[in-house]
Amino acid sequence: MKNTAGKFILKNFVKMVLLIFAVSIAAFALMTVSPVDPLQANVGQAALGSMSQEQIAKLEEYWGVGEPPVQRYLAWLKDFLKGDMGVSLLYRQDVAKVIAVKLGNSLFLMIIAWVLSGLIGFALGALAGMNRGKFVDKAVKGYCLLISSTPAFWIAMLLLIIFGVWLKILPIGLSVPIGVEASGVTFLDRVYHAILPAVTLSITGIANIAMHTREKMVDICESDYVVFARARGESLWQIFRNHGFRNVLAPAMTLQFASISEIFGGSVLVEQVFSYPGLGQAAVSAGLGSDMPLLMAITIISALFVFGGNLIANILYGVIDPRIRRGGAAK
Amino acid sequence: MTKNTKKGTFMIKKWNRRQRLVLWLVLSLIFLAAVCIGGMFCGDAARETDFARKNIAPCLKYPFGTDWLGRDMFTRTVKGLSISIIIGISAAAFSAVMAFILGVLSATMGKAVDTVITWFIDLVMGIPHMLLLILICVACGRGLKGVILGVALTHWTSLARLIRGEVLQLKEQQYIKMARKLGKSNFYIAMKHMVPHLFPQFLVGLILLFPHAILHESSITFLGFGLSNEQPAIGIILSEAMKYLITGKWWLALFPGLMLVLTVVCFYTVGEGIRKLVDPASAHE
Repeated sequence: MKNTAGKFILKNFVKMVLLIFAVSIAAFALMTVSPVDPLQANVGQAALGSMSQEQIAKLEEYWGVGEPPVQRYLAWLKDFLKGDMGVSLLYRQDVAKVIAVKLGNSLFLMIIAWVLSGLIGFALGALAGMNRGKFVDKAVKGYCLLISSTPAFWIAMLLLIIFGVWLKILPIGLSVPIGVEASGVTFLDRVYHAILPAVTLSITGIANIAMHTREKMVDICESDYVVFARARGESLWQIFRNHGFRNVLAPAMTLQFASISEIFGGSVLVEQVFSYPGLGQAAVSAGLGSDMPLLMAITIISALFVFGGNLIANILYGVIDPRIRRGGAAK
Repeated sequence: MTKNTKKGTFMIKKWNRRQRLVLWLVLSLIFLAAVCIGGMFCGDAARETDFARKNIAPCLKYPFGTDWLGRDMFTRTVKGLSISIIIGISAAAFSAVMAFILGVLSATMGKAVDTVITWFIDLVMGIPHMLLLILICVACGRGLKGVILGVALTHWTSLARLIRGEVLQLKEQQYIKMARKLGKSNFYIAMKHMVPHLFPQFLVGLILLFPHAILHESSITFLGFGLSNEQPAIGIILSEAMKYLITGKWWLALFPGLMLVLTVVCFYTVGEGIRKLVDPASAHE
């Protein structure tokens, strides 16, 4: 049995590596067909005009303008595998360094939002599903519909207006107070600045998970074993504890790990509104400034997170649900 | 079922569920049509600047207020929404057609094609939507083309999966196998047996793509990829409003956003409504 589990993980792992490899090719191809000239984007039209032919040729060689794309990709891949992600054109630093800082900020935000939205969403969804047709259910359903029709950045703007501009109790942006040295920033400062972005991300994340949990819960509540449990006189809480929770946990878990991609996308928007210096904001500025190495690295890292999340979900599924574990072994 | 309907209609006595559904559907369609038609007519008014009336808070004459250049926010919002709706619809339609073709190919062309297409779906799903949108917009050098292509290329995956699953299931149905044994051509089977079954689902999938497409379109233009400031798509209006948030001009962000939410809710209502009408069995909740 251990053998099959190992095989399962290995197979998924190989698939993940291949997919990430493909993601890098796809991202590279997209950036290569881009009509934006890296020289013009980074040196600037005016500077280019005043340069001599030789200088331009030198720069072209540096940015690899003349080289065929395949060669450039292989060179990039070789360096990337060695751990050298290149130099960010916008930040004039090693991409690895830029990413380390930004990822730290973003992860802080995303983990809070991910945990919060998972727990609250699951609770709300289960509550609504158990009380189908009652007021709670209608309220949760309405909330889900409303939030899934609302762009994350607009929620962020509303919260910014209310808490940042009107009530003035929360900061309007950035991840640390302005005018304070890096050493003077306390952990509480960082939490204080992460509240609004994290709350925004959670609000949007809750809708998705709550809606799906609710649907599963409704199905479960209609099943024979729950009808029988009800006939036996089990209370709502007992039904939830004995039947609902176990059955709804596995799909909710999968969904929660699959939502990493959504949270990532949401963080791009939210970080932009709050000028929060995270990975999402870096992606936007890398895209607008055609900072190729940085954008490539961000794409691959985010893909790693998404595929990693899926992999963990697959493994956890087996852990939670013994049927899958035994079924896999029986085959 | 009859009991249920009776219980549900205590609010409006004479209307049953289906009639209320149609009512909401029609209202939503009217709203969307009004925005689109309104947008066509107030193109010039949306760009008209007048410094005598700048920064007015919402009042009777300017229900949504005016901005820092004295442009009427109401006409701008309507114009912006109509642009966004048109972009969203075209991108979603493009995406749905792509999903349909790939889904059917994947289910009918044998194992090799199937593996490639499913793998491709996994690939697209692996990059967060927003990031892929950014990449595609950069690849197209920003602009309208990038936005439409980006939204179209990121949204087909789930619908393609759905259609693939449906066709795979259909292929195993008795009546299809029977038709094949009777020597009917593939084309006949596809037209006579598959399309009638797939079409409603495809239609609903298509309509439910619209809200997503519009949301992503507004997001990507909000980030500054895509359209120029000349075309006030809703994302651009909101990103301009961003700069004036801190000065307390809340109406610049509130009303265009509210209208956007209303539009998307309307699309959801239309999609869900049509789904319940063409496929009453799924409407039990």
